[in-house]
Amino acid sequence: MTKQKLSVPFALLALLMTVMVLAQYEVIDLYIQTIILFIGINIIISSSLNLVNGHMGEFSCGHAGFIAVGAYVSSVLSVALFTQDRVFGAPLLPPQYAFIGFPLVLLAGGIAAAFAGLLVALPSFKTRGDYLAIITIAANYIIITLVINIDKIGGARGFMGMKRVIFAMEDVAEIPWMILWVFLFTVLSIIAIRRFVSSTYGKGIIAIQQDEVAAEIMSVNTNKMKLIAFMLSSGLAGIAGGLYAHVIGYVNPKSFDILKSTEALVMVYLGGMGSITGSILSAVLFTLLLELLRPLQIIKWVAIPLLLIILMQFRPEGIMGNRELSDIFPRLKKFYRFK
Amino acid sequence: MESLIQNILNALQWGSFYSLIALGYTLVYGVLLLINFAHGDIVMVGAYIAFFVSSLLLGHYHAIPIALSGGVALALTIPLTMILTSVVGVSLERIAYRPLRRKGAHRLYVVITALMCGLILENGNLALLGASRKKFPEMVDKVIYTFGTVSVTNLKIAVILTAFLVFFLLQFIVTKTKIGMAMRAISYDKFAVPLMGIPIDSVIVFTFILGSSMAGLAGVLFALSYPILDPYMGLTIGWKAFIAAVVGGIGDIRGAFAGGFILGFVEIMVVAFFPSTYRDLFSFSILLFILTLRPTGLFGVPKTTKI
Amino acid sequence: MTVLKITELTQYFSGLCALSDFNIQLEEGELVGLIGPNGAGKTTVFNLVSGFYQPTEGLISFLGQPITGLKPHQVTARGIARTFQNIRLWNEMTVLDNIMLAQHSALGYGIRDLFFRTGRYQQREHEIRDLAMELLDIFKLREVAEEKPKNLSYGLQRKVEIARALSSKPQLLLLDEPAAGLPSRDVVELIDLIRWIHREFKIAIWMIEHQMKVVMSLCSRITVIDFGVVIAEGTPEEIQHHPDVIKAYLGDDQL
Repeated sequence: MTKQKLSVPFALLALLMTVMVLAQYEVIDLYIQTIILFIGINIIISSSLNLVNGHMGEFSCGHAGFIAVGAYVSSVLSVALFTQDRVFGAPLLPPQYAFIGFPLVLLAGGIAAAFAGLLVALPSFKTRGDYLAIITIAANYIIITLVINIDKIGGARGFMGMKRVIFAMEDVAEIPWMILWVFLFTVLSIIAIRRFVSSTYGKGIIAIQQDEVAAEIMSVNTNKMKLIAFMLSSGLAGIAGGLYAHVIGYVNPKSFDILKSTEALVMVYLGGMGSITGSILSAVLFTLLLELLRPLQIIKWVAIPLLLIILMQFRPEGIMGNRELSDIFPRLKKFYRFK
Repeated sequence: MESLIQNILNALQWGSFYSLIALGYTLVYGVLLLINFAHGDIVMVGAYIAFFVSSLLLGHYHAIPIALSGGVALALTIPLTMILTSVVGVSLERIAYRPLRRKGAHRLYVVITALMCGLILENGNLALLGASRKKFPEMVDKVIYTFGTVSVTNLKIAVILTAFLVFFLLQFIVTKTKIGMAMRAISYDKFAVPLMGIPIDSVIVFTFILGSSMAGLAGVLFALSYPILDPYMGLTIGWKAFIAAVVGGIGDIRGAFAGGFILGFVEIMVVAFFPSTYRDLFSFSILLFILTLRPTGLFGVPKTTKI
Repeated sequence: MTVLKITELTQYFSGLCALSDFNIQLEEGELVGLIGPNGAGKTTVFNLVSGFYQPTEGLISFLGQPITGLKPHQVTARGIARTFQNIRLWNEMTVLDNIMLAQHSALGYGIRDLFFRTGRYQQREHEIRDLAMELLDIFKLREVAEEKPKNLSYGLQRKVEIARALSSKPQLLLLDEPAAGLPSRDVVELIDLIRWIHREFKIAIWMIEHQMKVVMSLCSRITVIDFGVVIAEGTPEEIQHHPDVIKAYLGDDQL
């Protein structure tokens, strides 16, 4: 009798159902729910940055800028479209359609962030390796300053109202919507990244990392690939930003500064450059670590960098190196399938 | 016209800070090809060291019976700060960077370590000293010189002079001394240098001493000019100085020096005509623009890859 | 018909003249050699043809179309492939991946196909993989398909590099010192391999090489350059006895 292989999509669906039921009946409280949501968001952040910093081997240091673009664009859109707002007035669309509009608004945030990524990546072609670091840091600052200077969306004070969008969705069905959305988009993001890097097309960026000259001469359009990778990375970051904004219900430009970018960097290098499994693991670990260390307050931000320094000394390749779970436990492949 | 001169003077002073810090970045990068992201935070450490040293010398800590006059205390604070800041910088090198260098670790890992060291310095400060900001004591009486409607303090002049002096000193060391030559040699070929009998570790330590003492000096001057200290003060100014160094052409001292002043000018001019919230926006945009036109910076030498 | 035509190609590197008024014409199916002392400018010629450098002066045309100023990936897409003096394989990828990647400009599917795993994507990926496997079979490299190049012997790596170049179905193959670093037994194998490729794939091959055994036994025609200038052209026999060539390699004893 042949063993029945575990279907991954089925397992994921089961997981989602379980979590949603637990949240619905308040078996897990709001605090734990928020942690779960942050884990999902951090998974998207970490794996999207890993595309550029890990698979492609570049050094992008301003990921928070793209998260900010997505956060703000989707927040302003969802609030203006579906809620009664002090600044934007009456909802432009019936609030009961919020649950249809929300994923679209998130995607809009992602597209805006991808466009920002395009603008940032363009000057980087002619420059050498380290210069991407500078360009992305500068871009991070520029994006934040731009937001601060736009008063209509709150400027330095921040922007809120996203909670009302969630209420509008809950008016239609009383379910933990954000868990659904975060889960859905996290899974979709991972699938997108995985499909990208496992295709011959996507492997072009890995070729760029290992030998860019050879890649270019062996017919890889390196400039185009860098752009595409960058746009995919920043687009997904934008989606994470949109989710983040709606989970917290409030955004403020200062939450997307160089410190947030550093968090993203920590997750990437902790997990392992070029490993999707690694990014997922490190996102989970990092989120939990941040929560565990919360009582320590500021020391948390001494402990985490210290952890990374020790990591660089003794295991710079991170948890997974550039391998995936199936590389370490190839026999596990017998037990699951992606269909 | 006069306001233009006033702005130019302000720009020179503001740019002097960026230059001093950019020089430190460039020294280390020129030798190690390492972006010492912790450098801005070393400046902050310098400012705090200066705070404690000067408070001590001025007699603010009654447990220790010293009470020197402002001018004397300052004369002692500056060298002491520079020395102590060098200690911090060199310790970073020995504890964090050298082991990686020994292992031949990928440069990226060293850069990340540098980034993390910076974070530890900032948050360590915050954890140890608390969130309340420190006010740097007044050490020297301000003397204001007025020419028509243009006014400049003795402090401003001192800062500008210091920047120029430091630049000439560093330029001299790097081009005219043996150890300067060794520093340049390491930047061309790290592997050949020890084979030629040059003690590479010593040269690197010397570079860090130089860079960190410049940072310490910048810290003192900054604290004197803008007496409110906070643990994150090194962050923004550090990043900006770094960008200034890159725009000038990182690895070249003249580039760092020029870059710092260019940034200073851009920022002061922007603030003169636009609301101050636009300052960072314009500065970074202009810098990005310059980098797009001249990817290796103004003084940088484009390296051709050989295949 | 003329496969490659180079006219008055000149290259300056910041005031240093690396190549001066280089001219050559390669016909379909020829096997031509390019030799000269170290630093003569041979690899510079290849780099210019590949599109890695932009020439200071001169024109390059391939199959009748001008290609001067094109980017390297565009040049390769047109049908010119090359190997490198120092092997440039992607060492953390499998040999199979290395060979599949060389088809990057002719993948035949787009991003949408990739994300939605459309039929076209699946079919093309199969074809790309099959083509790569075919090449591996031909080169007798099937057993090392899943190995990383860094784990292979130098000779095998060379073979992989050549196989990778052929993966893009070129009409002109540039080989930059293929025998460099190979022990003599491998050199003999290499000569046979190149001869066989020339026959089987019916492509024009232009080869830079220092080892005279390789050049003399394979090339129908040889160009000699020194200090960026062509000093001789002709058949192997003519070149062997050409006084300028001998002087360039062995020095002028009148000095």
